Amino acid sequence: MRGHCERAYPHEACGVLLGAAVAEVREVKAVVACENARTDAPHNRYGIAPQELIAAQKHARDAGWEIVGFYHSHPDFPARWSATDLAEAHWLGCSYVIVSVMQGRASATNAFWLRGASEEEKFFAGEVVEAF
Amino acid sequence: MKVIIPSALKQYAENQASVEVSGATVAEVLAGLTARYPDLRKHIFSDDGRVRAFVNIYVNQDDIRHLDKREGTPLQSSDVISIIPSIAGGSSRAFEGPR
Repeated sequence: MRGHCERAYPHEACGVLLGAAVAEVREVKAVVACENARTDAPHNRYGIAPQELIAAQKHARDAGWEIVGFYHSHPDFPARWSATDLAEAHWLGCSYVIVSVMQGRASATNAFWLRGASEEEKFFAGEVVEAF
Repeated sequence: MKVIIPSALKQYAENQASVEVSGATVAEVLAGLTARYPDLRKHIFSDDGRVRAFVNIYVNQDDIRHLDKREGTPLQSSDVISIIPSIAGGSSRAFEGPR
């Protein structure tokens, strides 16, 4: 994931996290790198084509997993969510991982859990990332 | 036909990742789906009854917004309907930090 973000620099990279969600823990089993569909402003925007999401979702289902989150990079910007990130986040209950890439090198990586009962009540909560 | 429920909405459909719903058109299937699982409705439709702008509805590999009849698109029993909320964002207008 971090390597993909470095290779995409100075553009934003993005992808899908597949795995299992149990209670409030999302365990990532596989990472699917995607194309950044926002070719109009790839330096500070990202988008994943629905066709890639459908393919990732099928990959997950075939493996007995599900989509548990997404990642994208912030080139030369901190690993904190932006107003745009929240406004365009719609997968309630999923993790949104942000990798800061400073001068081409991946630095901080933070994860945020999209919570709330509806689109109108959604908010990001910081979450702990554990690597095994 | 089969309707694929995204993980983000599964909790509103009795934790089903896919369900079988009958209907002659996309609109009929979505109506049947939300009648069976009423909590799904506000996540798919806005108050005016239209599919929310950020929700993509695909019939097999086709976005219904690009099909002539959109929600009126006729279906065959072998079709697979996917409900795909959009994924987008970016560092522009960044102002908030980790909480």
